[in-house]
Amino acid sequence: MDLASAQVIGAGLAAIGVGAAAAGVGSVFGNFLQGALRNPAAADGQQGRLFIGFAAAELLGLMAFAVAMIILYAR
Amino acid sequence: MAAAAKIDPMHQFQIAPIGSDSLVASPFQFTNSSLWMLIVFAAIMAFMWGGTKRQLVPGRWQAAVEGLTGFLDNITRQNIGAEGRKYLPWVFTAFVFILFANWIGAMPFGIVPGAHPFTVTSQFSVTGVMSIISFLIVLVVGFWKHGLHFFSLFVPKDTPFVLKLLIAPIEFVSFMVRPFSLGLRPFVAMFAGHILLEVFGNFVVQGLNAGSVMGYGISALCFVFVIGVNALELLVGGIQAYVFALLTALYINDAVNLH
Repeated sequence: MDLASAQVIGAGLAAIGVGAAAAGVGSVFGNFLQGALRNPAAADGQQGRLFIGFAAAELLGLMAFAVAMIILYAR
Repeated sequence: MAAAAKIDPMHQFQIAPIGSDSLVASPFQFTNSSLWMLIVFAAIMAFMWGGTKRQLVPGRWQAAVEGLTGFLDNITRQNIGAEGRKYLPWVFTAFVFILFANWIGAMPFGIVPGAHPFTVTSQFSVTGVMSIISFLIVLVVGFWKHGLHFFSLFVPKDTPFVLKLLIAPIEFVSFMVRPFSLGLRPFVAMFAGHILLEVFGNFVVQGLNAGSVMGYGISALCFVFVIGVNALELLVGGIQAYVFALLTALYINDAVNLH
């Protein structure tokens, strides 16, 4: 296998991590919504924590994307 | 079917000097990045100027500006406490700059012939410097207020000694990664979104050029998709600005209150 095709395959494999982060972000917002519907009065006060969890889950997906880009465009 | 042109999604992120040919001549040049940074700055100035006329009964514009400042004041006060007011200027600056840069970068200025819109925050050098400023504020405030006691940030209270040995290095690494992760987030979000837009925008053109019924169908589908992604991009731009402001406030809280 030559380097160019190995790069493309590697970048594609690295992009799987973005899908995993999608599951994480969905879990964060889904669980928040579950809790918020049970106690709507407390929901507004927890929005900061919601976005901290979102940021932490999303960061890993973005890192997977960055790795994919580095692999794809590495010389 | 015409041979499809190669899609080059990276071209939009290229920094090119305005008025001269290459970046080699001098490191100090007026580039498209500088131009769009000035445009962002002008937009922020116009927005704030229109809303800070101190009317007794606020109009719509002043209400918008007051809402924005109140929103950020809330973030700092909730996360840092009564002292949060002191750090509002930087949190406000970072939020408004990232928000305006993201949104101006997502505007369809490209329909004007010759205009090459550029998203300032799609460069890690910009967001990275902003996150380093946040990190420096944390360091300076932490060492100023607590001296060497600031290092107790890495050691949670009331932990068994064996666990402390384990947790301290982990906390230290997670502390040192902060400037990197803080700057990476807004950068990659803009970067990835604009690549997606570019690729699917190219699909629209290539589908039209293909000249077949299926090509037109794919063009229409991609056009709808691009509109959807653009809307998502506006949402992501707002969320990333909010997350940057929120995390900056949280990190400063660590330095001020030493959990």
